[in-house]
Amino acid sequence: MWTWFYKLASPPYVYAAAAALMPWFLGLAGVSIAYGLVAGLGFAPPDYQQGDAFRIIYVHAPSAWLSLSAYSTMAVTGAIGLIWRIKMGHAVAAASAPIGASFTLLALVTGSLWGRPMWGTFWAWDPRLTSELILLFLYVGVMSLRSAFEDPARGDRAAALLGIVGLVNVPIIHYSVLWWNSLHQGATVAKLGKPSMPGSMLWPLLSMLLGFMLFYGAVLCIRLQGEVLNRERQAKWVREAIQS
Amino acid sequence: MNVGAWEAIILVVRRELCLSFRRPDQLLQPLVFFLIVTTLFPLGLSPQLSLLRDMAPGVLWVAALLSSLLSLDSLFKSDADDGTLEQLALCGQGLTVIVVAKTFAHWLVTGAALVLVSPVVGTALGIPGTAFATMMLSLGLGTLTLSWLGAIGAGLTVGLKRGNVLLSLIVLPLAMPLLIFGAGATDRAISGSSVAGALYFLAALCVFTCTLAPFAATVALRITLE
Repeated sequence: MWTWFYKLASPPYVYAAAAALMPWFLGLAGVSIAYGLVAGLGFAPPDYQQGDAFRIIYVHAPSAWLSLSAYSTMAVTGAIGLIWRIKMGHAVAAASAPIGASFTLLALVTGSLWGRPMWGTFWAWDPRLTSELILLFLYVGVMSLRSAFEDPARGDRAAALLGIVGLVNVPIIHYSVLWWNSLHQGATVAKLGKPSMPGSMLWPLLSMLLGFMLFYGAVLCIRLQGEVLNRERQAKWVREAIQS
Repeated sequence: MNVGAWEAIILVVRRELCLSFRRPDQLLQPLVFFLIVTTLFPLGLSPQLSLLRDMAPGVLWVAALLSSLLSLDSLFKSDADDGTLEQLALCGQGLTVIVVAKTFAHWLVTGAALVLVSPVVGTALGIPGTAFATMMLSLGLGTLTLSWLGAIGAGLTVGLKRGNVLLSLIVLPLAMPLLIFGAGATDRAISGSSVAGALYFLAALCVFTCTLAPFAATVALRITLE
């Protein structure tokens, strides 16, 4: 019953699984993002206060969510690699970090583009933007620590530890920054029961979120294949997989 | 000889302090750096005390963070280079005990020293004497927390040839809550409002970091030592 779990530690299996899953993720992500974009940009009513400018939320909020969940994925898989010495955990963590950093950058850029018409400035020292910026610094730290070591196994483990320390710190940083200064609008979706958004605005957003998650899955699969090939480049199965 | 954990901590702290006081120039360098950085701000901004007073908490805290970071690089470096750290790791006390002792000793010669000279800098930046107690307390808690965070970073980068910049890169984002609450507390003390909230938060962060960071720093050292 548990054999599938053990298989996850085997590089050829992970490589094949990532290759098999990737088209599914990509296809479903395409459908989900297409619906979200058409319904969100074309059919959702304009906001009573922000007009059409609010529509950037369909890119901004999913990237901000993904920036955090990609960080948790990186930290958790890194921890799996560190604690149980499963090399594939480190491979997933290494594959996840650049994607998460890109989502963080996307959230920052769309956030500042949104801020221009709403707040009248590209950059405000708003708590959420600031903690997103600090998250980007954390990503940069983890990625540069991984590449700083000559021995890749050591770099993996060091980056995994830093990822865990960062994961513990993310809520502390978030709340301390929140306490420090507030300009950003409050949470609109995660209010259980009654979200402060009508369904015609909310459904496209949730669809975009799902689409972004699937897209993240697809890119993770592609990057993971590359990571596995690079890490196992001395192994026989890699030569066979490439020649076939 | 069988030595308990407390005795081992005391022995290592004494050794570290002894080594530090035999090289007083290295002891003074972070403090001089702290003074120089705080001198840069009046030169760059404005010599008006009223204006400086608004900036003072931030300037003081940024300078304190930077000068503590500067000295963190040496926390494990020299001992790792000459093999002492490996001997300490093998001495049967458990590496965590050694890490605790070394980090605490490091804080005594950098953080605590910085707290002691901070009134001088505070006066120069126009911070009123009534705010000194809060400023020193917040700096003490903040630098102790920073030493623990820095021990993790120093443990991770000790094996690297040029780890100094990387050390700052990975520790500074983690230290941002300290800056927010430390400078916040000092700012509130200057304006005369209640400082308890920010100080409690700093103390909570300090206790939290003191409890968990030694273990993380131990794992970090083991990764780079083995």
